[in-house]
Amino acid sequence: MMKRDECFKILARHVTDEIVVSTYSSAVDWLALGERTLNYFSVGAMGLDSSHALGLALGRPDKRVICLQGDGSFLMNLGCLVTIAAAAPKNLVHLVVQNGTYEANGSHPIPNNNADFAAMAKSAGYPHAYEFSQLANFEQQAGHMIKQDGPVFATLRVEPSRPLTYDYPKLYDAARREAIKAALGRP
Amino acid sequence: MDADLVEEPGAKALLKGSGILAAIKASGIEYILSVPDITTSGGLLRPIARDPQLKLVRVCKEDECIGIASGLHYCGRRALSLIQHTGFLDSINAIRGVAVEYRQPICMMIGLLQHDPDTTPKNSPRYGVRIVEPILDAMGIPHHYLGEDADVAKIKPAIDEAYAKSFPVALLIGRRPTAS
Repeated sequence: MMKRDECFKILARHVTDEIVVSTYSSAVDWLALGERTLNYFSVGAMGLDSSHALGLALGRPDKRVICLQGDGSFLMNLGCLVTIAAAAPKNLVHLVVQNGTYEANGSHPIPNNNADFAAMAKSAGYPHAYEFSQLANFEQQAGHMIKQDGPVFATLRVEPSRPLTYDYPKLYDAARREAIKAALGRP
Repeated sequence: MDADLVEEPGAKALLKGSGILAAIKASGIEYILSVPDITTSGGLLRPIARDPQLKLVRVCKEDECIGIASGLHYCGRRALSLIQHTGFLDSINAIRGVAVEYRQPICMMIGLLQHDPDTTPKNSPRYGVRIVEPILDAMGIPHHYLGEDADVAKIKPAIDEAYAKSFPVALLIGRRPTAS
């Protein structure tokens, strides 16, 4: 079984000028790898990370958008699979980190950890859908996967992580939001 | 004929969708994010779906609109969420977090399902309609009622103000607009 932070370290080696959307535990682990102006943490309501990512992908079709979504968040907005597949942004990569728990809310289990999210994405109409549970496989395919014409979906099957510290005021800092807005907005 | 396109015999065109559509475009809106609402279906959503100037994103649930509009705003794109008041009620937490607390110009056009246009929303016989304005007031969100053609003039200033102040706004549609 993989670990989320290890997956993100691999992913980070392939990320250059992409917009990366993340929330909660994924955001903590992603931010630990370093500050980037194009990190989008301003989500505000659980489940909407994928919808924010769709808006960014539509608004900036010249840039690739990678969404790092937790499984609990994903389950709160399953309809987004159908919405995203219909909108069909080629520049969107939608990664769901499946650790089977609501980690930021006491690590209670999700209702069914056997649900096949990649199959859901495929049937919703994503042209590419993957599931990774071995780090070596993810390492081998991550670079190619995030460059494909999307929307691309992948489940990262990981084990629950070490206890994290959630500093939400720092994570969702207004100055950080203004910086990415300035970087992305039309002059 | 679809139910949303049937107009009552002798009904007057008190609120024309064409006027609303023109005001939406004049406000710089590029994207319409929508779950269908029978109040605005025939007079607004159908013309929008045919309009090459507007990009329509059909979503599965109204709170998706709030996230998508946020992402678009970060890219300098204006969006309008065209939803029913039931969808607004379902999206309160997203509006609270994304629009109000993060101060984002999330513009919502909300159809008041089964509202009696001869009365005000606060006096509506429908409980769901009656609570919409008090909830908006409690959240501090400016709102404007559109019940007849003269009200269409409120649209552009309301949307411009939302973007100028970076704060949400709600435009409440109190009767079924006619398409033309």
